[in-house]
Parts: sequence; structure tokens; C-alpha cells
Amino acid sequence: MDYSQFGAMVPELIILGLFFIVFLWDTFTGDGGKRALTPLTTVLFGLATVAIWLIPSGSETVFGGMYASDAACKAMKAILNVGVFIVLLQSAKWVESDEVAIRKGEFYELLLVTLFGMYLMISARHFLIFIIGLESASLPLAAMVAFNKRHYESHEAAVKYILTAVFSSAILLMGLSFVYAFSGGSLYFNDIRAAVSEGPASGLLICALAFMIAGIGFKLSLVPFHLWTADVYQGAPTAITAYLSVISKGAAAFAFFVIFVQAFGTLYSGIWEWMMYAVIIVTITVGNLFAIRQKNMKRFMAFSSISQAGYIMLGVMTESALGLGSMMFYIFVYVVSNLAVFSVISAIENKTGKLGMDDYDGLHKTNPWLSFAMTLAMFSLAGIPPFAGFFSKILIFTSVTASDSMALYMLVLIALINTIISLYYYLLVVKAIWINPGEAKVESFRSACSERVALWLCVAGIIFFGLVPCIYQFCVDSAVRLQLF
Amino acid sequence: MLWYLVPSVIMFAAGVYGFCTRKNMIALLISLELMLNAADLNFVVFNRFLFPGSMEGMVFTLFAIAIAAAETAIAIAIIINIYREVGNTDINSVKQMKF
Repeated sequence: MDYSQFGAMVPELIILGLFFIVFLWDTFTGDGGKRALTPLTTVLFGLATVAIWLIPSGSETVFGGMYASDAACKAMKAILNVGVFIVLLQSAKWVESDEVAIRKGEFYELLLVTLFGMYLMISARHFLIFIIGLESASLPLAAMVAFNKRHYESHEAAVKYILTAVFSSAILLMGLSFVYAFSGGSLYFNDIRAAVSEGPASGLLICALAFMIAGIGFKLSLVPFHLWTADVYQGAPTAITAYLSVISKGAAAFAFFVIFVQAFGTLYSGIWEWMMYAVIIVTITVGNLFAIRQKNMKRFMAFSSISQAGYIMLGVMTESALGLGSMMFYIFVYVVSNLAVFSVISAIENKTGKLGMDDYDGLHKTNPWLSFAMTLAMFSLAGIPPFAGFFSKILIFTSVTASDSMALYMLVLIALINTIISLYYYLLVVKAIWINPGEAKVESFRSACSERVALWLCVAGIIFFGLVPCIYQFCVDSAVRLQLF
Repeated sequence: MLWYLVPSVIMFAAGVYGFCTRKNMIALLISLELMLNAADLNFVVFNRFLFPGSMEGMVFTLFAIAIAAAETAIAIAIIINIYREVGNTDINSVKQMKF
């Protein structure tokens, strides 16, 4: 075996190295070392993020084609890395709290392992690697959801998560076994593409496609596979909720694109596109309608993230490099906007333990900066012009309509109508903060330094990502160099 | 080949049925194992009868078994936590968060 092949896996190796450093440090240092663990991990992860942005991206496939590294995969990993860095910053306070501090090493280790799994998912060009990545991304997350050992909700969320996760991966494996029967004895995406592109569409393969959409749709929490989302988001510790809602979603969306366009893009694109068409419409609509009636901020963000996943999936419908680029840009903007909201939620929760939407009444009187950040993030999620969310929405809509198909125009129209509905419930939060009368329920406090850094990063992203065109250009440029196109 | 696929279909259907109707979390986990094993059986059968020259399905099954074991381990750990918290493993006792 040629060990130089590992040279192509630099991002994975960086994360793995970081994992071992954290693991050994956590195991072999005493109390003093434990105290240094949080800053150590955050700083090292920040350096790793910079390193992944800076390493040159060659385009190569290694391990017989099982693993591909190219500009698009690397860009996606770098985007996810930024998100994880912000999650680490905003979770630092919670990690140091009395209840969690003794187990903080495990928190970082599980986080890094799931990130490693997501990297594998993104770069996989063979279903074995993809399944291993998917599972190592979703199983440690179940342990992380159960992390608040003294809270009943955390356990309930974890049991709901693990049972539905295993159910969906069983469905995915079943679908995969049908695909294997038709693939000519190989599970490489390219071989499957070659094998299924001849002859008429087979009923068993259509069934397999539905199974696979169900399996991966679970990770993305697309309707009708979304029922776990709200409960898990509400019960999990806020840092984990933030992680679940952006990072694992972004990785799954990219992997979804690669699998469906590369392996089933030729003969079956008409079939899975109609399935996705229906799924996207119900995802956006149901997510929006259920978000309106939520009173708990984390549940509210769960339904908001369901409908955002529908918008992300619009990029898959295009099957083009432009669509992938817009999707990556959408994910990047979604990462900063959503994490800004979760930074505010976790800052307030750490200080006061309050999570209800009416606890935010009159927040601007006591905490103007948090209110400001929350307002910007809500505007961005809703897509109000000067902020990044508007640009990401408009770019993904234009990439979908670029193919001039009537059906896709209808899809964009429905998505647009839903944007207006979403404006209503995002502005409910803004209204609670700025307009609702009454005394402020959250007293004035100074948030931790790490939380402030996270918020500044997010706010900078919300303001500048839309206005600075080079970021979108970067996403599209790297998407074009995905080996599919 | 058909006679090897029939048991796997029955196992999968029984797993789905059990997952939807059972009330005990351990029984749910057993149903999930049935579904995973049905998929594994499918892989082995397809490999043996359709592509006897290659080993891809068999190797995939080995990995899938390991992953299923990991899934069960985590699920059991979480169910034990639930048991400590509420005193039983009935699925109806974990319905505090709804809608």
C-alpha cells in the first residue's frame, strides 16, 4: 500500500491529530491541565481552521477512488470548520459550568469525532466510506445530546434521537442493498452511475432511491422525516443544538448533492427530482407553519432550521456547479446567522436559564448589544436586504431558475411565498425584544469574553458576506472544480 | 436466490412493524436490529449469487455489523440512563416534550 495517499487527507488528519492531542491532554494532565483544556482546544481548533483555509487544494482521488479531495470538498470543510470554531467559542462558558466541567474532555473529543465523520461524508466517493462517515457523525451526537446528565429533557431527547437515527440508517442500508444488486458488484459512485445508466428505470431502484432520500433526509431533518428535530433540539444542551442545526446539516446537504448527482444523475435524475420536489415543498411549508406557534426559543429554532433545510435543498435540484456554489454560500450564511441566534440564546440561558420567547420581552432595555445581534441574525435568516441572508436566498433562487423549467419556477414561487411567512415569525422575536411592553425579564449582564468573540464573528459575517462578492465567487469557483462537473 | 431474500424481507417488515407497535424501548432496539440484519443479509445474498467474483458486499456487511454493534451500545447506554431517571423503559414515559 502506498502511504503517501494519506497526504490527500490533510483536513481529516488535522482533525484526528487535534483529537489525539485533546484526548491525551485530558487523560494525562491533572487539575491544572484540565483548566487549560478549553482555551487549548479553542486556540488549536482556530489554528486548524486557518490551516484548512490556507492549504492548497489539489484535485485527486485516493484509495482506489474511495476518497476524493478537491477544491469543493475542501471549501465545504473549511466552511464547517468556521462553524465549529464559533460553536466552541459560544460553548466555552457552558463547558466550564460546575455540572459539565468534569466531563469537558469528552465533550471536545465527541465533537471532533463527529466532525471527522462529516469530513469523511463530504469526501466519500464510495458508499462504505459514506456510511462509516455518516454513522461516526451521528452516533457520538447521540451521546452529546444526552450530555446534561441531570436534566430529564436531555435523556428524553437522546433516546428519541438514537432510536430514530438507527431506524433511518437501517432504511438507508436497506436501500443501499438494492442499489448494490443493480450496481454490477461495486459501490463506487462512478460504477453505480455507469451500471444504472443503461436500460429502463427499474422499480426496485426507484424504491431504493426513496429509501436513500429517507435515510439522508433524516440527517437533514426534511419533512416527513423531521419529527425528531424539535424534541431533540429542545432537550439537548444549547451548544449541541447549535452544532446539530448547522454543522451536521451542512455536511449532509453536501453529501446528498454528491450522491444523487454523481451516482443517480443520469437515468434517475427525473425520478429523484420529483421526489425531492415534493419533499422540499412540504419541508419549507411545514417548517414555517409549525414555527409560528412555538413559544420555546430552541423549539422555534428547530422548526426554523427545518424550513431552512428546505431552502438548502433547492441547490440540489439544480444539479449544476452554480447550484452547488449557491448551496455552499447559503450554508455559510446560514452557519453565521443561526450561530448568532444560538450565541444569544446560550448567553441568556447560561446567565438566567430562561428560554421562553416571552422572556425576551423588553430585552433591549437591559442588554442592547445582545438585542442588536439577535435582530441582525433574525433579519438575515428572514432575508431582509442589506444582510447576508437576502443575498444567499436570491442567489439560490436564481441558480434554480437558471435552467428555465416551469416546474422549478413554481418551486421558487412557493419558496418565495414561504419566505414571507417566515418573515412573520422571525419578526415575532424582534417584536418581543424591541416593541413588547412591560418590564425586561432578563436582568442586565455582561456576557463571557468567548461569547462576545463568537457574536462579533457572527455579526461580521452577517453584515459582510452579502456585501463582499468574493465569498460567493469563492464558493462557485470551488464548486466548479468538484470532480463531477 | 429468492429463497434467501424472502427471510430478509420478512425480517425487515417485522422490524418495521415492531418499531411502530412495541412500547418497550428494548423491544424497539431488537426491532431495529432485525432491520439492520435484514439489510446485511441482503448484501450477502446479492454478493453470493449476483457477483460471486467480488467481495464488496461481504466486506460492507462486516462494517455494517460493527456499526450496528456501536449503535446498540449507545442506545442501551441511553436507555439505562432513562431507566435511572424514570424507573422503567416504557416509551410512553418519555413524552414530556410534545408539539
